[in-house]
Amino acid sequence: MAHETDSFVYRLWRYDGAPGELIPLLQSAQEHFGYIPRRAIRYISEATHIPESAIYGVITFYSQFRLQPMGKHVVRICAGTACHVSGSKLLIESVQDELGIEVGETTADGLFTLFTVACLGCCSLAPVMMVGEETHGRLTPASVRRILRGYRRKSEAAGARPAAEATTGADR
Amino acid sequence: MKRLLVGMGTCGLSAGARGVHDRLGELLAGHPDRGELAITGCIGMCYCEPLVEVRENGRRVVYGEVTPARAEEIVSRHVVGGEILDDYVVYRLEEGRPASGREADFMAPQERIVLRNCGVIDPESIAEYEAAGGYEALRKALFEMTPAAIIEEMKASLLRGRGGAGFPTGLKWSFAAGQASDTKYVVCNADEGDPGAFMDRSVLEGDPHAVLEGMIVCARAIGGTHGYVYCRAEYPLALKRLEIALAAARERGYLGKNILGSDFSFDVKIKQGAGAFVCGEETALFASIEGERGMPRIRPPFPAEKGLWRKPTNNNNVETYANVPWILTRGAAAYRRFGTEKSPGTKVFALAGKVRRGGLAEVPMGMTIHDLVHLIGGGIKEGRAFKAVQMGGPSGGCIPSGISDTPVDFEHIPPTGAIMGSGGMVVLDDTSCMVEIARFFLEFTQNESCGKCTFCRIGTLRMLEALERITRGEGAPADIVKLEKLAVQIKEASLCGLGQTAPNPVQTTLRYYRQEYEAHIARRECPARYCEALVDFFIDAEKCTGCTLCAKNCPVQAITGEPKKLHVIDQSICVKCSRCIASCSFGAVYKN
Ligand SMILES: Cc1cc2nc3c(=O)[nH]c(=O)nc-3n(C[C@H](O)[C@H](O)[C@H](O)COP(=O)(O)O)c2cc1C
Ligand code: FES
Repeated sequence: MAHETDSFVYRLWRYDGAPGELIPLLQSAQEHFGYIPRRAIRYISEATHIPESAIYGVITFYSQFRLQPMGKHVVRICAGTACHVSGSKLLIESVQDELGIEVGETTADGLFTLFTVACLGCCSLAPVMMVGEETHGRLTPASVRRILRGYRRKSEAAGARPAAEATTGADR
Repeated sequence: MKRLLVGMGTCGLSAGARGVHDRLGELLAGHPDRGELAITGCIGMCYCEPLVEVRENGRRVVYGEVTPARAEEIVSRHVVGGEILDDYVVYRLEEGRPASGREADFMAPQERIVLRNCGVIDPESIAEYEAAGGYEALRKALFEMTPAAIIEEMKASLLRGRGGAGFPTGLKWSFAAGQASDTKYVVCNADEGDPGAFMDRSVLEGDPHAVLEGMIVCARAIGGTHGYVYCRAEYPLALKRLEIALAAARERGYLGKNILGSDFSFDVKIKQGAGAFVCGEETALFASIEGERGMPRIRPPFPAEKGLWRKPTNNNNVETYANVPWILTRGAAAYRRFGTEKSPGTKVFALAGKVRRGGLAEVPMGMTIHDLVHLIGGGIKEGRAFKAVQMGGPSGGCIPSGISDTPVDFEHIPPTGAIMGSGGMVVLDDTSCMVEIARFFLEFTQNESCGKCTFCRIGTLRMLEALERITRGEGAPADIVKLEKLAVQIKEASLCGLGQTAPNPVQTTLRYYRQEYEAHIARRECPARYCEALVDFFIDAEKCTGCTLCAKNCPVQAITGEPKKLHVIDQSICVKCSRCIASCSFGAVYKN
């Protein structure tokens, strides 16, 4: 869980004009809200005196930043070289079918958001995907479906928790 | 006293090491006589993770593919009973005996300098790093050597940068050292953007102090005052272990003010990347640390003069820094004993793709591609034919199996049209279509082009379009001419390495596999039977169980069949979307 000193509000409050803080501020905003809402851009602009337009320019340059809310579980399927030659395209299609969404979209129940990434550094277990901060390797279309259903069952059993505190990392 | 070590790198964890570790914890709890449980990084045998090692009196027995149930067996029979379970042993090392175990020939040709501690020590314990000789190089650098002598030693080692370009490291350090400035930066490039390479992740997860020590020594040599590790956000475990290592190093006085009581001060911060391939390019990386869009800058001025925040900066790759402590303690001459005359030392390669043993191997420079793939990699999966290796990622190229006797070093790889790159080797078999591979990389670079240079931004798109036409069976002979012309123009008119190398995958596949391009264009045929538009889909009568899933998933109802009976695809309706392949659990749908 995020420490007090890592929180977005704390970082903004502590901001002392040191250069190079924009990206860490955006990262903590995304950590805090699950995405970067309009008002976070305004807060950051007020604190740093960087124009909102320039902040927006930085946000759209990096694939990590999202301007829309994300689902509780962020599914990142690797589309890197090793995974590509090991059939990641089929996995992406399987997940699209299973969840009924395209890459970049979030399911209507807010449970899953689907992205592709360009290598998770786990190539020897290709094809690979990450759900939250958990990595799953040696996938097949069938095992991908099983894993996603597992996450869905776990969420249903836990009841509807607010998305902000939803993390699944094994190594936190 | 026995020690049980569980490999807890990302590879181990995604193969289920957490469950094994927890089970072992339960079995050892309350029995201090049985041994102690510890974690370690990746030993390189990612293909047989999860790995558990039982270490006692210098004997190391490594078990592979360990499940919680097998962990119980290891405890009851080996730890308690003293019997070695030979069937599960992948690697066994004992003094006075040759290495043995099922996978011993994966390790035999290796020489471990960079990976010296990976899979051996607990990466979260600074005491274990010290016990393995850690921070001795720093002591030597502080109290026995002058900064100039450190640089001379690095120059004499002939170490060349492991981040891709292979620039001599000692020479690079001397440039930054020669600048007069009260602020100088030491940057570690841990962006590892090449898809298919994972050695930097593994080193950071398995031996973070080696990288930090290399950076501190560099700072001492060039007069560095502040350090940054720029690590990609996709590596949460590497980031976590770096944080732990930084805190421990500060506490022990290896970082901060007056390091080890000397007059030298230096500290390191971690910056998380935000997902942009071009930020691996050093000037773009500086822009990103400064909080801007990661756009490359015009050189000169070079980083040694005006780098991060316009101050003299030295930037090296993770693996480059990890070599430094070893070279400083053992000496340049010892380092030059490995590898070739012009490319001395070792290189870590990431074997992935269709190779049987996918993992990390550190070998002396100059080993042939053939030996890497067959001797270490164990050949191709499922007994298929070895077609090519892709080296250097999106900036690299495909080297065909026909010239696999090429030694892998800085002299012999560039003439093939590929590059050394960071050491990622994706092995391709006869099911890979080379035109499709070229399309894949162009899609990648097209996506990742920052947009600054017109040729890189639009030229790569035009190349991608031509490749898409060819893989769809709509290509014309003029497309090949266009690809060749654009490749030259993009290389000449791009500012940074991204554009300058983006056409490499197309140029190398055109050079070695032109006949595949021509088959797609002239005969509307994909020789590897990969490109969907050029093949038909069939169901294998032997494998189909009649589960009906493919029929349910077909968006155009092209598949018919009764439950529990063979299903058939109507070729006149099929739109070749591959949904049936994805839905089949029995591998019964195939392309031809
Ligand atoms: C598009 C592009 C991406 C790069 N990505 C990386 C990378 O991920 N890691 C890296 O160490 N170097 C990368 N480089 C090379 C760096 O610019 C730089 O040469 C290197 O970090 C220097 O370190 P070395 O001298 O230790 O090799 C990249 C270069 C380009 C042009
Ligand atoms: S290519 Fe998928 S993890 Fe590297």
